[in-house]
Amino acid sequence: MAPPDENVPTRKVKLNFGIAGASLTEIEREISADEPPPLPVNERLKLIGKPVTRWDGRQKVTGAARYPSDIQLAGMLYGSLVSATETHARIAVIDTSAAEKHPGVRAVHVVEKILESAELRDPTQEIPSKYPIVRYAGQPVAAVAAVTQAEAARLVEVTYEKKPFVVDLERAMAAGAPPVFPAAADQEGSAGGGGGPAGVLQTGNVRGPMKRSSSPEAESGIDRSFAACDVVVEGEFRTRVQTHSCLETHGALADWRVDGLTVYSSTQGTLGVRDELAAIFGIPKSRVRVLTEHMGGGFGSKFGAGNAGVIATHLSRKAGAPVRLFCTRKEEQWATGNRPDARMRLRVGAKKDGKLHAIHLVSHGTAGVGTGAGVGGPIHSLYDCPNVLSEEHDVFTNAGPGAAMRAPGHPQGCFALEQLMDELAAKLGIDVLDLMDRNDSHAARREERKIGTRLFEWSRRKPAGSDKGPVKRGLGVAQAVWYRFTNFDAACEVRIARDGSVEALSAVQDIGGGIKTVIAQIVAEELGLEPRQIDVKIGDTNNPPGPASGGSLTTGSITPAVREAAWKARNELVKHASTAMGLPAADVVLESGRVKGRLPGQKDVSFKQAAAMLATEQISAQAKRKPEYGERAGLRLGGVQFVETLVDTETGIVRPVRVVAVHDCGRPMNLLTLRNQVNGGVIQGLSYALYENRKLDRNTGIMVNPNLEQYKILGSRDVPDIQVHFIEEYIARSSTDASGIGEPSTIPTAAALANAVHNAIGVRIRELPMTPARVLAALGKVPAAKGGAA
Amino acid sequence: MPERLNLDGKDPKGAGVSRRSFLKGAGLTAAGATAAEATLLGAGLAASGPKTLGPGAVPIVLSVNGAARRIEVEPRTTLADALRTNLALTGTKVVCDRGSCSSCTVLLEGIPVNSCMTFALDVGAREITTIEGLAKGDALHAVQEGFIAADAMQCGFCTSGMVMSCAALLHRNPHPTRDEVNEAVSGNLCRCGTYPHVVDAVVHAAESGRGKGG
Repeated sequence: MAPPDENVPTRKVKLNFGIAGASLTEIEREISADEPPPLPVNERLKLIGKPVTRWDGRQKVTGAARYPSDIQLAGMLYGSLVSATETHARIAVIDTSAAEKHPGVRAVHVVEKILESAELRDPTQEIPSKYPIVRYAGQPVAAVAAVTQAEAARLVEVTYEKKPFVVDLERAMAAGAPPVFPAAADQEGSAGGGGGPAGVLQTGNVRGPMKRSSSPEAESGIDRSFAACDVVVEGEFRTRVQTHSCLETHGALADWRVDGLTVYSSTQGTLGVRDELAAIFGIPKSRVRVLTEHMGGGFGSKFGAGNAGVIATHLSRKAGAPVRLFCTRKEEQWATGNRPDARMRLRVGAKKDGKLHAIHLVSHGTAGVGTGAGVGGPIHSLYDCPNVLSEEHDVFTNAGPGAAMRAPGHPQGCFALEQLMDELAAKLGIDVLDLMDRNDSHAARREERKIGTRLFEWSRRKPAGSDKGPVKRGLGVAQAVWYRFTNFDAACEVRIARDGSVEALSAVQDIGGGIKTVIAQIVAEELGLEPRQIDVKIGDTNNPPGPASGGSLTTGSITPAVREAAWKARNELVKHASTAMGLPAADVVLESGRVKGRLPGQKDVSFKQAAAMLATEQISAQAKRKPEYGERAGLRLGGVQFVETLVDTETGIVRPVRVVAVHDCGRPMNLLTLRNQVNGGVIQGLSYALYENRKLDRNTGIMVNPNLEQYKILGSRDVPDIQVHFIEEYIARSSTDASGIGEPSTIPTAAALANAVHNAIGVRIRELPMTPARVLAALGKVPAAKGGAA
Repeated sequence: MPERLNLDGKDPKGAGVSRRSFLKGAGLTAAGATAAEATLLGAGLAASGPKTLGPGAVPIVLSVNGAARRIEVEPRTTLADALRTNLALTGTKVVCDRGSCSSCTVLLEGIPVNSCMTFALDVGAREITTIEGLAKGDALHAVQEGFIAADAMQCGFCTSGMVMSCAALLHRNPHPTRDEVNEAVSGNLCRCGTYPHVVDAVVHAAESGRGKGG
């Protein structure tokens, strides 16, 4: 929340409000007097909202785009990690002498503190040890910097004193389970997106319950609420650990010099990396520069400097040379974050008229040595229900820490909730979309259900399990809820030089969503230029601050600042040019690369000529994100997805064939990049639903699939036909009224597919991934696997 | 996949030294190879077999994007590393480092190969085309144009490999169906989920009619 700017002059404006083509109207808002004028609906704009091709597309298709792991500096050394080979151990000795004697080695670093892990509430309770206690296989222990990508890390000898460990949820919860921490531990919510509340009751490895309720009555008497229901459905649902599997691994190239530190970091938050390194190394933020021109995927796992970034910096300082340290694929898969698993016991109750009356969730999940396995978001935020209670638990295991992953907790929570909604509708004898209509007042989702019903031809849906033959077809639907987060540390500078060149600068980084393109569109729209004429220089902490890209907040946070800066730069240009052109400033328009009078026959010059009229070499305008217009209260994003699937009841193979995804993101800024991102959300969701499962060997605690062939992510031949539709929703909250799409697009997919599978075969799959074995077991054709492999 | 080249030392234009063919000749199974190779090479037992190179850096000439490039690499150096580290051609990406994701795809004599699974020494005189060499000057290859027009990229880290696989596809099949495109990139993993736009891109490129000639 931004502090309200007091004593700032304001003005009243009329802004678009509602859904274009359905309920569009206007609303009056009081806004800061120096804000740009209201932006018309997309239909009346040249570039904003149009399918503009990616600003840096040419760089990416020619190999010219330089990612942090591509950068080579003179004298650069290669860093490599020594990762723990034990799952739970005290380190007795780390012998680095052989590594230090290696002719190619320039620095050796022994890790003193592990990041991204929970920490003991009372540090004196820690097991006495010179080195950090190893709590998961793959934990960084030491690192070596050498002149080539050498094997010298293998020369570091680590002697472990092994301790008992536990890697799966149920065993970790059992009485007498080996304790992951010797006493209560917390991982506070961080810029990294992982973690959760501190000070939670901890018993053994189990932290919780963390209770959240819609009212004190719900907390004390949820059973009474269920007693008042006419229909109750319930079930236990399981999801598995998903790894981010970023294609560019976590890491950085750190260049420590006497006058400051420069770090090329594969991050989704340049400022967070800068701040973390400044704090850890005790240097001013002004002496740390983080650069991320491109980066190869984050999905929530790349916020802070991370262990790799901090270790690279230590090595660079020791070696007196730049050090490049990027995780190997194996290190990436087992130690750099994951989506925690979940065991959810959920009850949903309704009255005869289909009105939800009570929801109760008890969940357990493990984020390994971290916290943040909560899944309660959807039950609290998706439907209108008077009595809602969640009791969530984090369970520590000896496994790599969880991290924020694309809509933390929400795909899991939806997997349970939306399946029970489907079941409830069947029990009530009504269509599930009708049930949603009766309980969901979100305006965008209501419209999305309507549109999706038509595009998907929902009326084709037959009763569950009624398809004939061994390969059965099923249709399912599920909904998303996400939140319109805003980061007010979002600023942009727009410069116009006397030669007519234009730059837009911010520290914000493009993680693949395409914010560079959107920035170019906005600046070009204001200046009457083409997007490619704008030099977008972002991903650099020397620029004005930009938000970390997480929680689908980048677009909503940065675009109003960009627009305001561009508008101010435009006004400055017009001030100079209009005088030289002999026109009143108010009569000057900028369009199609021209700066000209409003009326025919008036002076008309090119943008370049107008820029040459500047009194100084360059004009510059900077703007930061203004507070939201109007009262800020619980703004949410929706999204509805429909899935059609085939299920082969002889092989157990689930094959989704069609998806219709209808979404809202405020004012859509670029229909091409947005569609791409929704495709990606759907594809990641299907991949999660069908294939992904981090497997730890119960006897050794080692990840058995730390690669990209045994840890399966969805490939091209598994992609169904995906149809994406956006509604254009105006809520009059900022000068762009834009929002993001990353999270909502992946939230409902697994649930919608599960509902489609049920519709096909008449049996519900309550556990992910929906492998052939699980499908056949659900059909009673093979016995269920015992104990549920970790 | 039939279009993948077998690099087990059978190519007549190869340099004549292949670790796998050497180890096979020495009667070793793949399972025993890793442990045995250092001992064998180190002890000079390979003297009875083909020419021995290494363990130090060896001068070789690679034909990359139409130019002969002289570099020195250790025999263990993969083609991907030689391109990225020795020649600063960093458009080729290494993601899985074991041949399961195709991000490192380059063309050898027009045929897509995983450069992370190819030793630089094994390339010999064969012509290497990397993502940097696909465009002819400022004129992009039709597949590259298609990728921009259809927005077939997000983070872009798989894009180089995707483009190379698709360029090779259009060369052997100028008018592929959507299924054939999916088949051609079935080894190329994308975590952002750009596959549908990749197919759009190739269809766009095929319709432009310039795919084969580039």
